[in-house]
Amino acid sequence: MYAYDELDRTIINERVEEFRDQVKRRLSGELSEDEFKMLRLQNGVYLQLHAYMFRVAIPYGTLSSEQLRRLAHVARKYDRGYGHFTTRQNIQFNWIKLAELPDALADLADVGIHAMQTSGNNTRNVTSDQWAGVAPGEIEDPRIWSELLRQYTTLHPEFSFLPRKFKFAITASDHDRAAIKVHDIGLRLYKNAAGETGFEVLVGGGLGRTPFIGKTIKPFVHGHDLLSYVEAILRVYNQYGRRDNIYKARIKILVHELGIEKFAREVEEEWLQMRDSALAIDDAVIEDIRSRFSYPAYEKLPHMPDELKKAAHDPHFEAWRKNATFPHKVPGYAIAVLSLKPVGGPPGDATADQMDAIADLADKYSFGEIRVGHEQNLALPHVARRDLPALWKALDKIGAATPNVNLVTDIIACPGLDYCSLANARSIPIAQELTRRFANHDTANLIGRLHINISGCINACGHHHVGHIGILGVEKNGEEFYQITIGGRADEKAEVGTLIGPAVPYGDVADVIEDIVEAYLALRARPDELFVDAVKRLGVEPFRERVYATR
Amino acid sequence: MTSPLQQKIKITGPSVITANRTWDGIVIWRTAAKGWTTELSDAAIVRTADEARALLAESVADDVGAIGAYIAPVDLKDSDKITPGNLREHIRSAGVTIDLPVSA
Repeated sequence: MYAYDELDRTIINERVEEFRDQVKRRLSGELSEDEFKMLRLQNGVYLQLHAYMFRVAIPYGTLSSEQLRRLAHVARKYDRGYGHFTTRQNIQFNWIKLAELPDALADLADVGIHAMQTSGNNTRNVTSDQWAGVAPGEIEDPRIWSELLRQYTTLHPEFSFLPRKFKFAITASDHDRAAIKVHDIGLRLYKNAAGETGFEVLVGGGLGRTPFIGKTIKPFVHGHDLLSYVEAILRVYNQYGRRDNIYKARIKILVHELGIEKFAREVEEEWLQMRDSALAIDDAVIEDIRSRFSYPAYEKLPHMPDELKKAAHDPHFEAWRKNATFPHKVPGYAIAVLSLKPVGGPPGDATADQMDAIADLADKYSFGEIRVGHEQNLALPHVARRDLPALWKALDKIGAATPNVNLVTDIIACPGLDYCSLANARSIPIAQELTRRFANHDTANLIGRLHINISGCINACGHHHVGHIGILGVEKNGEEFYQITIGGRADEKAEVGTLIGPAVPYGDVADVIEDIVEAYLALRARPDELFVDAVKRLGVEPFRERVYATR
Repeated sequence: MTSPLQQKIKITGPSVITANRTWDGIVIWRTAAKGWTTELSDAAIVRTADEARALLAESVADDVGAIGAYIAPVDLKDSDKITPGNLREHIRSAGVTIDLPVSA
């Protein structure tokens, strides 16, 4: 966990009081909605179909048990008893009253949580690998650099009014769990041939109306140059990014239109002027940040304790252990993923009671720490393997032990037309129906790793472009239709999926997905050839034929 | 951003003016008595672009009470009972189409 200092606490508390005054002036009529809108957006407050929606940042996906309990409290006191974890390590509350928002923010500020820059045309919540600091083989904990960027970008005066929103993601592992290639700036921490640690910098990734995979703008940037290089990118974007057309305002469009070589030259020119400025980070700054992260006092524990051997006879436990627990860098420990995708449930939602229970379990089994992943699941990052059977029983009681992590029912979905004012079609009912169709765990395991992503509109909050199967809701003559793409992926081999054919009506979506999965099972070269690899090998045509032959 | 009053108004059937209430964000509709209601059945119905423009103008003027006013289609097929004219408005009127994780 990272411990905020006095400056952080002051900033957060002052921001609450500033927003309290803004809300008061809005409700009295002193501020018009036109004047207030930007202020509320910069504090994570949107207006959705039924109410205001309040988006709270969970920087680099790390939460303490105390913080999770406070989120539960906000859900219970100010909302309708639940929250929705998003694809960018935020949580959203769907029914917040504007008049009560300052109090909710004050309650969150008490435990170091805020909603600054979770909306608006500024730098957003810095996201990272949800297994940061515990993943085996990681170069180092990427949250140290995430925190550096969080401090640098928070309330940065030059970058508070960018042409459009701007998102960072960081990973320090070979396997990218942070989807860095679909972010405005993606950072991969690695060791170069000389053994030095630094960043590969990618730029111009993004989804939405015009999806692009990020391009490497600089193969290696030393840590002490990170802020100056990032600032150079932001300056070039701020200067040349389009403000005349919202659909062409993201940095991905600028990079595409200029070309990565020309864009890189512009950035290099800017960077060389400031590389040795105050933005050059000395080791003391990094060490100070590093020192504010606390790490558990791990015990020396056996890899296969008696408790685990005994529980292995229970097939339900074994199904969960094999599916939802992952290797930890410390022997005797595991990372436990808590699926927020029960059969028939809205993906990513957690009730206040579940949040409280998970906070208690984090205290009991995970040194009081919880992680939030962009796949809309939670994780307990430091569980002793001997405690896995007891943890599983407790999770099962609260509906957070569905053994479907990375399987066909581990669906990523945006709130869609049930909540969102931008959506054209519903996402959640589609996800719910698919989880019912594929509810059988044996079938799901037979299918293997398969990511389905659903977005209710082209803004792509459900990251449909990079789903192995992507489902995009569109509206045709007042009816909900859905475009299906296949072959997308969000990891280190990120690709945008390919459309398989005309959009299908709401009632046909689950059948179409079943057809695609059946075609895959019939066509895969081996049982361990993943769906996405089969699509890469075969192309979309066999799947297109299967889906449209009878439609 | 273009004001709703600057946009070309075209309606193809009976319509209402809807918005969200400023202090809590809930869905409201404009009434004939120059107020707001949380019941669609109490909403004022407009049938021409001129009527819609006039009702929208007075709705937008209430910047303290309401946010994001716009014209929404309705159906009056069932003996003048007002029902939402599309899925989006149906969801705004009746609520989400799924069971909430926590019962109200």
